[in-house]
Amino acid sequence: MKQKLVLIGNGMAGIRAIEELLKYDRELYDITVIGEEPHPNYNRIMLSPVLAGEKEIDDIILNSYDWYEENDITLITGDKASKINRINKSVETESGKIFNFDRLLIATGSIPFIIPVPGADKQGVIGFRDIADIETMIDFAKNTKKAVVIGGGLLGLEAANGLMKQGMDVTVVHLMDSLLERQLDTTASAMLKTSLVERGMKFLMEAQTAEILGDDKVHGVKFADGSNIDADLVVMAVGIRPNIELAQEAGLYCERGIVVNDTLQTYDPTIYAIGECVQHRNICYGLVAPLFDQAKVVANHLAMVGSSRYEGSITSTKLKVTGIDLFSAGEFNEEDGDDVLSLNDPSQGVYKKLVLQDNKIKGAVLYGDTLDGTWYFQLMREGTDISAFRSTILFGQHDIGDAGHGDPKVAALPPEAEICGCNGVCKGEIIDAIVKKGLFTLDEVRAHTKASSSCGSCTGLVESILASTVGEGYDEKPSKQPMCKCTEHSHDEVITAIRDQPQKSMPAVREALDWKTEDGCAACRPALNYYLLAHWPGEYQDDAQSRFINERAHGNIQKDGTYSVVPRMFGGLCTPNDLRAIADACEKYQVPEMKVTGGQRIDLFGVKKEDLPSMWKDLSEAGFVSGHAYGKAMRTVKTCAGKTWCRFGTQNSTGLGVQLEELTWGSWMPHKFKLAVSGCPRNCAEATIKDFGVVCVDSGYELHIGGNGGIKVRVTDLLCKVETEEQVLEYCGAFIQKYREEAHYLERTAPWVERVGLEYVKEAILEDSEQRKALYDRFKYSQKFAQIDPWKERAQGAESHEFTNLKIAG
Amino acid sequence: MSDWIQITQLKDIPVLGSRVIETETVRIALFRNSHDQVFALRDQCPHKQGPLSQGIVHGSTVTCPLHNWKIDLATGEALGPDEGCTHAYSCKVEEGKVYLKLPLEVANTAVARDCA
Ligand code: SRM
Ligand SMILES: Cc1cc2nc3c(=O)[nH]c(=O)nc-3n(C[C@H](O)[C@H](O)[C@H](O)COP(=O)(O)OP(=O)(O)OC[C@H]3O[C@@H](n4cnc5c(N)ncnc54)[C@H](O)[C@@H]3O)c2cc1C
Ligand code: SF4
Ligand code: FES
Repeated sequence: MKQKLVLIGNGMAGIRAIEELLKYDRELYDITVIGEEPHPNYNRIMLSPVLAGEKEIDDIILNSYDWYEENDITLITGDKASKINRINKSVETESGKIFNFDRLLIATGSIPFIIPVPGADKQGVIGFRDIADIETMIDFAKNTKKAVVIGGGLLGLEAANGLMKQGMDVTVVHLMDSLLERQLDTTASAMLKTSLVERGMKFLMEAQTAEILGDDKVHGVKFADGSNIDADLVVMAVGIRPNIELAQEAGLYCERGIVVNDTLQTYDPTIYAIGECVQHRNICYGLVAPLFDQAKVVANHLAMVGSSRYEGSITSTKLKVTGIDLFSAGEFNEEDGDDVLSLNDPSQGVYKKLVLQDNKIKGAVLYGDTLDGTWYFQLMREGTDISAFRSTILFGQHDIGDAGHGDPKVAALPPEAEICGCNGVCKGEIIDAIVKKGLFTLDEVRAHTKASSSCGSCTGLVESILASTVGEGYDEKPSKQPMCKCTEHSHDEVITAIRDQPQKSMPAVREALDWKTEDGCAACRPALNYYLLAHWPGEYQDDAQSRFINERAHGNIQKDGTYSVVPRMFGGLCTPNDLRAIADACEKYQVPEMKVTGGQRIDLFGVKKEDLPSMWKDLSEAGFVSGHAYGKAMRTVKTCAGKTWCRFGTQNSTGLGVQLEELTWGSWMPHKFKLAVSGCPRNCAEATIKDFGVVCVDSGYELHIGGNGGIKVRVTDLLCKVETEEQVLEYCGAFIQKYREEAHYLERTAPWVERVGLEYVKEAILEDSEQRKALYDRFKYSQKFAQIDPWKERAQGAESHEFTNLKIAG
Repeated sequence: MSDWIQITQLKDIPVLGSRVIETETVRIALFRNSHDQVFALRDQCPHKQGPLSQGIVHGSTVTCPLHNWKIDLATGEALGPDEGCTHAYSCKVEEGKVYLKLPLEVANTAVARDCA
């Protein structure tokens, strides 16, 4: 028989947990949900836009009644759980229903705090929490004029804005001297107030409410200093209190909230609790992002997988008042020893402030232009060292709009503006999908619309659209990103396990790290295959079926299913005989198009798969090896004319390029890897946008790392200067090996260097010559196994099934 | 509908891999999963005709090499949220031999048939 799971609280945290649980296991439990509100689960965050008349209640339903039915969930609405009986494991409702449970999940949220002043119980005094409150407010707005909102925090300002939009005359009463004092520094707070006053909002600052005036209905508010104002409606938005009454009566240990551990268990191990009602490591959260993190973890335990822990969240906030952009996160009031970067342009209404400690972001406040909030927040959570781009960080993340996407102010874009160039998805389609299909995360938007699922350069734009459509707090990436849907583990955890445990085969990794799928998927298999190959060269047997087709067929697949062939031309040099052999092969195999590539060699397009081995045979006999133009591998070494011919050349850049290519060809990498050698600082080989670039100077060689010329252009960082060609080779090999061993699969050197920090890379390569040599030696060792030309092997019959079809009479 | 025809041996299809069968009218991809089950699909992705045989096989799914749609090997249906379907052919393994049931004389119509 199935076990019984009861959820008390049909709200955002609870239902998210059920959704996560269903992803693990649909059969484990009979699920009953008890909800006090007479509605299915809705998006509480969006109550503000509903009040402001920008959305309808119907738009904010997250799980329709059908959803409960489709998932065989018994839903009780409009009935309150009134008693938890821990001895016989049952929950009783106000209407007298009784539900037994094997496990219980409490997610009762919180209740608005109503200041206990005389008169607080009068008709017309309400909180701002649920649909019923909104309905009351809209009702009052129709029939009365004056509203007072007590509390100048996020909720209060959103309520005030909404009531103003409903036509009321609104005064915000705030105890402190600046608004949102917990979210903003004084500058941003003043800017916000000015802009709200311009919209017609009134403020009474430093005012302490003493009494609510009126008969049974509200007529006004009286303050501690004796003054008073008129009011027909008083909204109290001074804070929330975890809703713990039920848990407390059941004898579960509570402080401010229901106390839970890292697996979200209360003191009674069969009873779990998540959401605003809980207190975890002494914190009670009041935003959805942490609750969703909790939901994931609790689902993991309810599903008896039991492998994850909730360790707390860092949160950020955003105000949802249309036309006002405001973002804050972390500790934005500086302390001694912190650095502050700020940009203040009052005429444009833009203010940005970042608080740094040791070149890491500690806090951020953005006003007027919040597009980069997500980015700063991510840098903050990941503790990224920002020294490499500290001087430009305030101007924002450059890739947003970089690839010709135009105006980065997403909100201003018309619905037909193309957001994702790769998949031709426009803004309207994305919003449509988010609204109609109820999407919340970047992953979901990717899955449903394909936007941002290819090259990723529009990710920032899609995130902003998501944030502005569903409200902030939704798309927070968890601080630890799992590698893919098959596992909870991050790339780093997997790499560490492969290296240290050690794990030497794919099934062993999946077993040791509790993979959720038997064979992995198209995302994790190539990654695991690479990690194993990089760490255990010579031992690990490459798994062809875990490679993307390009690497399995050793050519780039074309849109019509044919392949391209790019023979390696070391350093871009070639002889008449080379060209003749290529020309012959082209004629023999009827290659429809030849092209000189951007990588200084020749691409032969449109070759039939069955012809590949024999074409490779011909090329191989003429001395060519594979150019790996298809692989997450070393691609090309671009060179310039150099000292041999060029009047400015300082060193033999071509010769050095050939040596580098001879050293590195065949090497598998986390992503593609490109090199270049320029003979002088005129830099004709574009060495400063390569993964590893050499710029020759009179006195030696400047070594540059982490450049990228593709989707997001990044100029290299200078690693160091060396004096001899041998040193160039050694430093290059060491750098490559560091990258090969530590970068995440599909992470090029540019984002890798930005993630781990230039200083970290420099330390590994420059500081200790022993360590550098060891890296270089490991690289050379792995090259022993990698420099076996895959084309030649296949021309001689390896993997022949890949290239021959089965035939039957038609 | 014709009878079962032997196409190949199980061992000639790599585990988690595929082989392609060409007939005069249609290319069929034969897939083998990690439980030695074999599936046959028309080698054409419902998205933009990508060659499914060249994709990565996992579970009972293949991921198309061109734009990563996931196709159910048993039914030929695209997995949500994508929508589309490619023809699935009957297929069985007996004593290490792989058999396919092909409506040969109507290969064309079979392919064109609505597979919903
Ligand atoms: C053939 C070539 C274009 C040309 O005719 O010049 C080319 C063709 C492709 N490039 Fe490229 N890239 C070519 C030079 C470049 C360059 C220029 C360079 O290397 O000097 C760049 C920018 C420099 C860089 O990488 O930093 C470049 C940046 C990209 C990117 C973006 C990479 C990035 O990190 O932003 C992709 C997409 C990817 O890798 O995910 C890409 C992907 C591709 C793919 C493999 C698309 C695909 O996945 O199927 C194209 C395959 C064509 C085919 O069927 O053979 N190609 N590609 C060039 C081959 C060079 C070679 O000889 O190996
Ligand atoms: C107007 C407004 C705007 C907000 N804006 C944002 C924002 O922009 N960003 C953000 O991150 N967060 C925002 N929040 C906060 C966010 O909505 C909450 O953090 C989130 O809803 C909490 O989820 P929960 O499941 O813990 O509680 P809830 O969503 O409140 O769910 C609890 C449910 O349990 C029910 N319940 C309680 N007791 C019982 C009982 N005994 N029996 C049966 N049912 C019971 C309640 O009726 C309620 O439906 C906003 C909140 C409000 C009110
Ligand atoms: S060759 Fe490169 S730039 Fe050209 S279409 Fe293909 S991926 Fe895009
Ligand atoms: S053709 Fe298969 S996913 Fe596009």
